[in-house]
Amino acid sequence: MSLALLIEWSLKSVVIILVILGGFAYLTLFERRVLARMQTRIGPNRAGPWGLLQPVADGVKLIFNEELIPAQADKVLFLLAPVITVVPALILLAVIPFGPEVTLFGRSYYLGLASNVNVGVLYILAVSSIAVYGIVIAGWASGNKYALLGGVRSTAQMVSYELALALAFVGPIMLAGSMSVDAIIEGQRHLWYVILQPLGFLIFLIAAVAEINRAPFDMPEAEQELVAGYHAEYSGMKFALFFMAEYGKMIAVSFIAATMFLGGYLGPFIDRWPLLGPIYLFIKVVALLFFIVWLRATFPRFRYDQLMAFGWKILLPLGLLNVVVTGVIIVLVGG
Amino acid sequence: MDWQDFLSVLPFIIVAGWATILLLVDLWIPANRKGITAGLAVLGLIAAIAAVISRFGIEREAFDGMIIVDGFSSFLQLLFLGVGVIAIAQAYDYLRRRDIERGEYYILLLYSLSGMLLMASAGDLIVVFLAVELLSIPLYVLAAFAIPKADSEESALKYFLLGAFASGFLVYGIALVFGSTGTTALSGMVAAIESAETTPILLLVGSGMILVGLGFKVAAVPFHMWTPDVYQGAPTSVTSFMAVGAKAGGFAALLRIFISALPGAAVMWMPLTMWIAALTMAWGNIAAISQTNIKRMLAYSSIAHAGYIFMALPAAATPEVAPEAVRAALFYLVTYAITNLGAWGVVLAMEKAEGSGLEIEDYSGLGKKRPALALAMALFMLSLTGIPPTVGFMGKFYLFQVVIDANLIWLALVGVVTSLISAYYYLRVIVVMYMRDGEPEVRSEALLNSTIFITAFGTFFFGILPGFLLKMINQVSLLDLFR
Amino acid sequence: MTIDLVLFFGLALIAVVAAIAMIASRNAVYSALFLVFNFLTVATLYLLLNAAFIAVVQVTVYAGAIMVLFLFVIMLLGTERESIGGRIRWQMPLSIVLGLALAGELAYVLLRNDIVQGPLADLTVEFGSPASIGRVLFNEYLVPFEVTSILLLVAMIGAIVITRKQREEGK
Repeated sequence: MSLALLIEWSLKSVVIILVILGGFAYLTLFERRVLARMQTRIGPNRAGPWGLLQPVADGVKLIFNEELIPAQADKVLFLLAPVITVVPALILLAVIPFGPEVTLFGRSYYLGLASNVNVGVLYILAVSSIAVYGIVIAGWASGNKYALLGGVRSTAQMVSYELALALAFVGPIMLAGSMSVDAIIEGQRHLWYVILQPLGFLIFLIAAVAEINRAPFDMPEAEQELVAGYHAEYSGMKFALFFMAEYGKMIAVSFIAATMFLGGYLGPFIDRWPLLGPIYLFIKVVALLFFIVWLRATFPRFRYDQLMAFGWKILLPLGLLNVVVTGVIIVLVGG
Repeated sequence: MDWQDFLSVLPFIIVAGWATILLLVDLWIPANRKGITAGLAVLGLIAAIAAVISRFGIEREAFDGMIIVDGFSSFLQLLFLGVGVIAIAQAYDYLRRRDIERGEYYILLLYSLSGMLLMASAGDLIVVFLAVELLSIPLYVLAAFAIPKADSEESALKYFLLGAFASGFLVYGIALVFGSTGTTALSGMVAAIESAETTPILLLVGSGMILVGLGFKVAAVPFHMWTPDVYQGAPTSVTSFMAVGAKAGGFAALLRIFISALPGAAVMWMPLTMWIAALTMAWGNIAAISQTNIKRMLAYSSIAHAGYIFMALPAAATPEVAPEAVRAALFYLVTYAITNLGAWGVVLAMEKAEGSGLEIEDYSGLGKKRPALALAMALFMLSLTGIPPTVGFMGKFYLFQVVIDANLIWLALVGVVTSLISAYYYLRVIVVMYMRDGEPEVRSEALLNSTIFITAFGTFFFGILPGFLLKMINQVSLLDLFR
Repeated sequence: MTIDLVLFFGLALIAVVAAIAMIASRNAVYSALFLVFNFLTVATLYLLLNAAFIAVVQVTVYAGAIMVLFLFVIMLLGTERESIGGRIRWQMPLSIVLGLALAGELAYVLLRNDIVQGPLADLTVEFGSPASIGRVLFNEYLVPFEVTSILLLVAMIGAIVITRKQREEGK
């Protein structure tokens, strides 16, 4: 392992984390503005031009909030839980390439950390499968029954929808004949998989929104029933970390959806100007983020039993069906 | 891999696939007409029997040696499927009577049978392990089928915990044998041992652990502790299937692994199996004497019979005797299956709806009230003791002869002496039936009666004319494949 | 000492400490979490051996699925703080003896095959990739693979059969 390589990787990691952190800050603003427009309000527009400094103001406010630790709480885990929650959101993007190979200063770089590993898709699944721990621990360590209920609910929910999520990945994997994210993008050079896999894309979107606990699947937080769910007892920066995790996952999921189904960084003239790659990807991600926010403005929350029934009785069989049909068609066409 | 490979596992595919289809079909069968499920399950078994018969006499390896088709496997598969048909027939009325009738019973039974079928033709330790699990897990659930009855729960929990424990031994033993021989394929192990490229100590420990794991399954002493409690607590129809099927399945694996794959290591396992056989015969028979509950008595009896079959293993350590020893064990398994299914059938007929009527005393006066049933029971008891003219006598005779051929005269003596001891408690049942007065409450259900009749007929018929069975068994070969 | 070796010993130390902590901790939730930690560390060790597939599967299956269910059950039953009850007196000496026996066996096998001293075999790029594992699984090990799936189905049916009955009784 040469020093140059080490520096390159460190830089890339930092960039990815910055994307998530910066994205998190401005996604909150984006969401509030978009939601406000959809509800014919104006939204935050006081801090800075168009409210652009609002995230900064929020951050400062949260830092000065009082940090409470309930007496009933398990101190160590209570402090650890927010950190554990954030980590998966930060490392999820490691296998997503941001663009094709580019040459800068006489060296060629991959715009991505580990996009060529042969288990890239499985890595995404693995990370999302351990993402549940932070929430569970937070719920349990708070020593509060609402928090615990929120934690238990989210465990059940995330475990259930993970299956559908994994099945939705199988379509692109079969079409590309590889679990490497690079190969899956390469397979979409002529046709995005969203066209070949409309059902898969739909299942992925639904399962992913459920997996990151966003409306209409925000059961673990359900303000009206559970106060605030697993993070009811959290305040200040620890609370901010949970928020960061939620929005970080939103961003990561959008990146993954764009990559697996919408051609990733591919777009017109990508071969001539490789640096267009990140821009195409950014556009697709923002469109998906808008879609997720739109969902929140449109749909009421599921009831808990409806949620589980939907995941197990509709989404999972559909996912299986999609896999079978895709497989049969691939065999018939001879791809 | 070609279509012939799939034909080789056709009986297994039929049974397991049919169980899965039946699981869906069962959803549309109304709860009070689960007899349809039972009937359909039997149809599946008949199809599987046809599949086995159609390829009887064929010998081949399939799926790169994972599956072995030979006379041994075909014969055992026929036995298992026959046991399955009778077990379903026995269960039908009993389940209704105890009000635990549900379609899943037959489906789980089919799955367990599919595990046994796989066990008979397993050619690889991995397949052996999976077959053991596939055989056992449905049985755990079946034992718990009378939930929330406490004794059924206790039975299932004990069976599950000790069974899981035994599986741990089995899989660890397999790992160590793999570490020693470098392969899990049975045929590969023969070659590895012959070329002396093995680590003897790992092989010793590993094969010992496999012996422990499978010893649990067949209820051999000192791994028998669970048997009386489990047999007593489980619904009797399950016990009947468990006592016959699971034991035969365990012996299928024991014979296959030790006699055909590890003959080169016979020096190691011969003394072990010899002592297990002697201890099992002795303890099973002695402990059975003091039992007053018929289910517990038959449980200890089944332990004792495991000991008799176990004698085939040390006998098979002598290479010249090995083929005969396998045949003797198979013959004994058949006699054990027929007799025991019949005896459990009588127990089923005597059991009252709430699960009582299981004491031996309850059999008083059976000889007067239901002479035919009492005669059948007497026949089964004689057969279990090994008194002519029953099939049990032929089985013991054949087995003892093989043991003496292998120069294990003292072991044969232990067998004869313990058989004499066993006469005490088997004959006591006959005495109670005919000599005591009582008013036993007996069920008369067509299906159950017919199974008792068939098994009683078999016990008697093969006792007088064992030629047909012996002829069939003489075609069975286990060892040719690896030579 | 190469970087790999440093990494290995660091990870090995963490894994061992996590394993000990798992046994030693009195709280079931902590035990479960230490076990998860141990799984993750071992997964990283697999990564060091170029076995990315196994590493990822280890995380998904053990840390992501099995242990989540463990934790779920612990929390749902609220048994995390309950003491295990009376300890068996001969448990400690017996476990030490058995542990030592196991260590001895391991050492024997490792030393006999010269695995410790010998260099790693040259592996092809394909080694341990999902494609090559899939190929082996669906050719050589087709029978065990399919039987395993039947086994899982049976276990699931069994669990449902047992629990559904109880619920009917509860009504």
